[in-house]
Amino acid sequence: MRELALNVLDITENSLRAGAKLVRIALNIRFAEDRFSIDIEDDGCGMDEEMLARVTDPFTTTRTTRKVGMGLPLFRYSAESAGGSFSIQSQKGKGTRVHAEYCIGHIDRIPLGDFGGVVLQLITMNPAVDFCVEVRSEEGEGLLDTRQFREILGDVPFTEPEVRAFLREYIQENLVSIYGGRL
Amino acid sequence: MKSLEELRALREKMKSQTDNRSVAGSDETVIKVGMATCGIAAGARPVLDALLDEAGKRHLHNVSISQTGCIGMCRLEPIVEVFRDGQKYTYVHMTAEKARRVIVEHVVNGNVCAEYLVGEN
Repeated sequence: MRELALNVLDITENSLRAGAKLVRIALNIRFAEDRFSIDIEDDGCGMDEEMLARVTDPFTTTRTTRKVGMGLPLFRYSAESAGGSFSIQSQKGKGTRVHAEYCIGHIDRIPLGDFGGVVLQLITMNPAVDFCVEVRSEEGEGLLDTRQFREILGDVPFTEPEVRAFLREYIQENLVSIYGGRL
Repeated sequence: MKSLEELRALREKMKSQTDNRSVAGSDETVIKVGMATCGIAAGARPVLDALLDEAGKRHLHNVSISQTGCIGMCRLEPIVEVFRDGQKYTYVHMTAEKARRVIVEHVVNGNVCAEYLVGEN
């Protein structure tokens, strides 16, 4: 993975596969401390303790096409190799929360990449799932909640070109502008 | 700054021009891009963006583009599946440029891009 945003996309796919109805993604940036964190939280099916203990092992997966699952191991690696930390909590039937923390200035820290594009892809490609995306730093905070959009749009899908264009700009102005080019 | 007010206005505007395009029906083309760890790492996102962009530019309303999980041939990712006329075409080792060609030649003009199909390379 060349962008952390791709890790976010990948981990969120796990949430979707777990049958989540609401996924929260949060980016908390502390420029003064040279750190930021990524949180992905879902209300999907969760997993039991035994699964949780070996879930960052690349030879653990729930898919049946092959025996390896690289999503969580790669995400964990991205944080731990960049002076950060990684944690995952889950409760069967309740949901899962993944947390990764990074040192912004660490030489091995992977760039965040096209986070806005990933958010746009997630919300337009998954009409049955709601997303709540937050970006926060010392300088400001931005929020995107698809439940608000859905309430206004009614039966107009997010994939309509006009709506998509609106969403793209909304994400750019409300979320991406908070860290704009610095991550 | 884009606000929810603006979205409300957009919604009002779109109400008046409701759909003569959702009548797609049986001639609809469905395109799926594999978006699991293997696909993402191989570059499936630029491929999906290129498909959406090209379809948007050409106002292709009878095309539905979506993402799917692991298709099962991780070493051939990024994979694009095109479902058309009851047939499935699996394009492998895709790039943004190849994806644009598939839209133009296959989806619009109906000529399968045989050299990108699985089994050809």
